[in-house]
Amino acid sequence: MVYLTRRAEFSASHYYHNPKLSAEENLRIFGKCNNPHGHGHNYTLEVTVAGEVDERSGFVVDLKRLKELMSREVIDGLDHRHLNKEVPEFRDKIPTTENLAIAIWDRLKGKLDGARLHRVRLYETDDLFVDVYGEA
Amino acid sequence: MKAHLTRRYQFSASHRLHSEHFDERQNREIYGKCNNPHGHGHNYKLEVTVSGEPNPETGMVCNLADLDSFVEREIMLNLQFSNLNEVEIFRNKVPTTENLSRELFHLLREQFRLAKVEKVRIEETMMNSFEYAGGRELGAL
Repeated sequence: MVYLTRRAEFSASHYYHNPKLSAEENLRIFGKCNNPHGHGHNYTLEVTVAGEVDERSGFVVDLKRLKELMSREVIDGLDHRHLNKEVPEFRDKIPTTENLAIAIWDRLKGKLDGARLHRVRLYETDDLFVDVYGEA
Repeated sequence: MKAHLTRRYQFSASHRLHSEHFDERQNREIYGKCNNPHGHGHNYKLEVTVSGEPNPETGMVCNLADLDSFVEREIMLNLQFSNLNEVEIFRNKVPTTENLSRELFHLLREQFRLAKVEKVRIEETMMNSFEYAGGRELGAL
C-alpha cells in the first residue's frame, strides 16, 4: 500500500451566515466572517489516494488523470467563485472549511480508477486546515 | 510513551520513466513527458519518521546525528546528483517515486538499528508526494 498525495490550489470568496439565527447571534458566532460582502482565501487542496503499486508501470494511479479529475470535479467549479452564491452544495449550508472539505470528498468519491480515496486535506490558510477521511 | 520523530532531507536527481513491460508507444502514452529519453530531474524531499520510547538519559528517540550519518552514507551518497535509472535498486524497476519510497523504506527499516523506522514520505515536487509504511494502512491522522 502506497499513499500518493496531489496538491491543487483555488481561490474563492465566502461569508458565514445562518439565516435561522438573528443578526446579533450571527455576528457573535461568526465575527468578521459574517460580513455580507464576503471575503476570500487561497485554498490549498491535498488529495491522498491509497493503492498497490502496479508492478509493470510503477504507478499507484496515473497522476495526470488524478490531476484532471481534481480539476474537473473540484477546481473548475470552485476557483474564482463565491461559494455561497455559486456553488450548489452551499445553497443551504454554511461554506466553512469543514463543510467544503466534506463537499470535495463527496465530489471525488467513487471516481478514482484502481485506487481508494484516503484523505482530503483542505487548507484555508497556512495555519488552518481540515482533514476528512470519509468516515460517518 | 512512544514518540515519533521525523527528519527531512533533500536530494536532486534525474530519472526517466520507461518500462520494459510496454512497447515504445505504450511507454509514451503511459508516462507522457516523463518518458523523454534524455530524462528530467527533481529536487526530492525525503522525510524519515522513526519511533521509540525516549531514552531516559538523553530524552531522545534516537540521536539525530546517527540518523543523519546513516542517511548520508546509505542514501545521499548514492542518490544525490544521480541518475536514478543507473542506481542499483532501479536495475529492474521503473524509478517512479512510488518505487523509490518502497526501496528507501525497506533499506532504512532493515539497516537502521537505532530506532524503529515507521514511514518514508517523499515529495517529488511541491504538488506530489508519496508515503510508504511497509504496506500497512496509515489510518486517520
